[in-house]
Amino acid sequence: MEIVRSQRKPADAAVAPALSLYRSAPALEVRLEDFELYAIDRLRVLQGISDGLSRGKKPQEMEKLVSELWRAHMRHQDPSEEMNKDIISHFVLRLVYCRTEDLRKWFLSMETSLFRYRFRLESPESQRLLMSEFQLPYKAINHAEFETVKDKLNQVARSTGPSSNAEALFFKVPFEEVPELVAGRRVFMLKGFAYVAMNQVVSLVATQFRSNLSKALVLTNRKWTSTIRDKEKNRLTPIVEALSTGYLGPDYSQPKEFSEISLKDIDRLASSSFPLCMRHLFDKLRENHHLKHGGRMQLGLFLKAVGLKLEDALAFWKSEFSQKVGAERFDKEYSYSIRHNYGKEGKRTDYTPYACHKIISSTPSVGDHHGCPYRHFSEENLRAALGKMGVGGRSLDDILDKVRSRHYQVACTLTFEAVHAASCDSGINHPNQYFEASQKILQTTRQATS
Amino acid sequence: MTCKLMDASWSTRKLAQFPEDLVLTISNYIMYGLSCTQAKLHGLPKLGKLFPHADIYRWLSYGNDGKHPACDHSYFGRREFSFTLENDIYVRFQSFNNAVDMENSIREKCPYKIDIGPVYSVDPAKRHAYAQSGNNVFAPVERELIFDIDMSDYDDVRYCCSGADVCLNCWPLMTISVKVLDTALRDDFGFNHILWVYSGRRGVHCWVCDGRARRLSNEQRAAIADYFRVYKGGENNAKKVNLTGPVLHPFLARSYTDVLKGFFEGKLLASQNLFASIERFQKILEIIPDESIASELLDKWQGNRRSSISKEDVNVVRWEQLKHVLQSGKQKAQGLRRCVEEIIFTYTYPRLDMEVSKHMNHLLKAPFCVHPKTGRVCVPIDPNNCDNFDPTTVPTLSQLLEELNMSSMRTESEDEWERTSLGKSIKFFRSSFLSPLLKSCKEEMESVYNSKVKQSKNALNW
Repeated sequence: MEIVRSQRKPADAAVAPALSLYRSAPALEVRLEDFELYAIDRLRVLQGISDGLSRGKKPQEMEKLVSELWRAHMRHQDPSEEMNKDIISHFVLRLVYCRTEDLRKWFLSMETSLFRYRFRLESPESQRLLMSEFQLPYKAINHAEFETVKDKLNQVARSTGPSSNAEALFFKVPFEEVPELVAGRRVFMLKGFAYVAMNQVVSLVATQFRSNLSKALVLTNRKWTSTIRDKEKNRLTPIVEALSTGYLGPDYSQPKEFSEISLKDIDRLASSSFPLCMRHLFDKLRENHHLKHGGRMQLGLFLKAVGLKLEDALAFWKSEFSQKVGAERFDKEYSYSIRHNYGKEGKRTDYTPYACHKIISSTPSVGDHHGCPYRHFSEENLRAALGKMGVGGRSLDDILDKVRSRHYQVACTLTFEAVHAASCDSGINHPNQYFEASQKILQTTRQATS
Repeated sequence: MTCKLMDASWSTRKLAQFPEDLVLTISNYIMYGLSCTQAKLHGLPKLGKLFPHADIYRWLSYGNDGKHPACDHSYFGRREFSFTLENDIYVRFQSFNNAVDMENSIREKCPYKIDIGPVYSVDPAKRHAYAQSGNNVFAPVERELIFDIDMSDYDDVRYCCSGADVCLNCWPLMTISVKVLDTALRDDFGFNHILWVYSGRRGVHCWVCDGRARRLSNEQRAAIADYFRVYKGGENNAKKVNLTGPVLHPFLARSYTDVLKGFFEGKLLASQNLFASIERFQKILEIIPDESIASELLDKWQGNRRSSISKEDVNVVRWEQLKHVLQSGKQKAQGLRRCVEEIIFTYTYPRLDMEVSKHMNHLLKAPFCVHPKTGRVCVPIDPNNCDNFDPTTVPTLSQLLEELNMSSMRTESEDEWERTSLGKSIKFFRSSFLSPLLKSCKEEMESVYNSKVKQSKNALNW
């Protein structure tokens, strides 16, 4: 494992940062069961991070969550063992998650978050060490330059919140290196450079980490398909393939056999079993005979996974849109995209319905109705919408309470429980999961009464 | 105004709601009530000369059409063009080796509309051949950073027009968008080669063409779009602008003091009569988080309609009253002081179509096209003189035709457009955008080449 703790001897462990940059795979012997167990433990951490992010947790809360998750799943009495476990599990999951674009995207984003919050938990000295390990070519700006932009830097610091105390150490970097700081207007920008404060370098380092990992994943994928998969056919391949399916939640890309719905039932199903986000889109579609692009995608893919056949989907959208734009324009402009969603046009990919985290992180704009109502509605509108679903009293207050603390999926779960008068232990993390759970409950009550 | 990428998009087959190209004359003639035969009789070949093929080719070549050893001669040929043909047939992944190729194809196919896409890793017309080679090498590698602002997104704050219509009362909303974005793109992001184009009917397009901008990743593009995003829509969210923190970010502060505040108070307030009726001022009062203040003002304005007989404009009077209440010493709460700014941002801050800017493979209509409904040419807008841009006087196709026919009596020359009212626009495009751009492309090419030569020399020394 020469690569991982580059040029540093174990004796320096006291000053060496505990964080690995995972530059290349360890030359360690790993027992087959550890191979799998370590990976599962790391997946629990990543899954926990994913949940935390989709609940809209703040950076401080995430920091706490990550340190708890790490302690619960990755700790080992022996620090060197812990480091081994960290590195081994990371590389196993690289194999698992290199194999499709979606898997890579998820892994990349969770590993980067994990790295980010672990970096934040490090001491300033160890942070500086890590920075030098990345070999970033940026120097802190000198005093003279600092004086010329001091006022602006202060203005930015104050605009991001009152708590940040005056930082004197700044790095001047091309804005391309710190997209998230640019996106949040958390840096002063001048002629293409972003002024990054010492307490923000985590973004710089995380970007670097992410881009290294992203490139590495593509290479791993190439290696996997060209050699490893066949070579390890009887040993690692089954483990790797099992790992990626078990822990991403159920796959809603293919409608289940039993769940086929027909057009005549759709209104009944919408009011009994659609989650609020889909119900809202559905109602708006019936009302305005139109939905903008984001809404069509969110609702269209949901309906596909619910079991609406392509022909029915075309008929359904046409019956609404033609009232607004006419049947001819529908055929010309919109039917293509519906077939496209069903994988019948263009790339012929069968598109997957949106999960909660995707819906929550969407950014509806003027005229849009998509997104997560718990996140994107004003409180007043949400109250009214929930009222229409028959939710009131204590449960309504509980839901709004969760929304205020930005636990959108929890709020949706509480809504589910209030509407169905049944508990939902797994929590809601996919609109189609909401739908299926709802149908299951309704079917059992129907059977019970008949 | 733009066509999203075919994959995963519903708007791909968006028909020529918009533009078409000047050269697409056959369809244009039909729209203008002439048959094809008539069209051909009427100087169709001449109109072809109006579309500045050569300029567009030089622009999109970015210096790679020269003789310098660092030129990449495959560059222009890897650029995607999309045509919308008659009967709304949408043809993607067109590519051309040179200006003549492009011109011939346009003449032959007569598209209603031409969109410009990204530069791909390989010739997009041959993407299937490459796909069979196994490695998925067909991917966008360069694309201008683009912005699209559409007046129909402002329908909740303008009362003069709605939908696709614009007039001189609401157009200034576009003008200030140009000002806010242009300044930030230059001063904050350090870009220099920015082309603003009138979209032909109700909005503006922006092309940032610096090499650095063209090479941005999707994530970096999204970051820039988010930097500019203040207005958060969603039909179910009453408060669209939330400004937090004790002070504004320098970019927002500058936009506010240099552009938005003066425009809102000096122009929009009166031109849109923002406080003239209860429906209108109630909309503004909804932005105020303190209900008692909002209802106090509501009562005041509802009750004493008669007392304001003064000659002063009712909008100005009420706005001053609102500001006074919110900013008076009593209102210590920061949220309320910030509210004046929030109102102004809500009403004036640029509303971008975010998706257009975020992805490399979004298509955008080419400049110098003609809008089929208005007949107006998508001419460049000078950001330094955008106050004087008047969308209602932009040359139309029929006007240009007439001018051409008038002048055809006289001499034949290469640049027919010089004698039309389009001349000014093309001259501006060349002198203010194209030549500085090509100059810097050349310099960049030179310096990259020199450093490469140096590197290889050093390598040889070893």
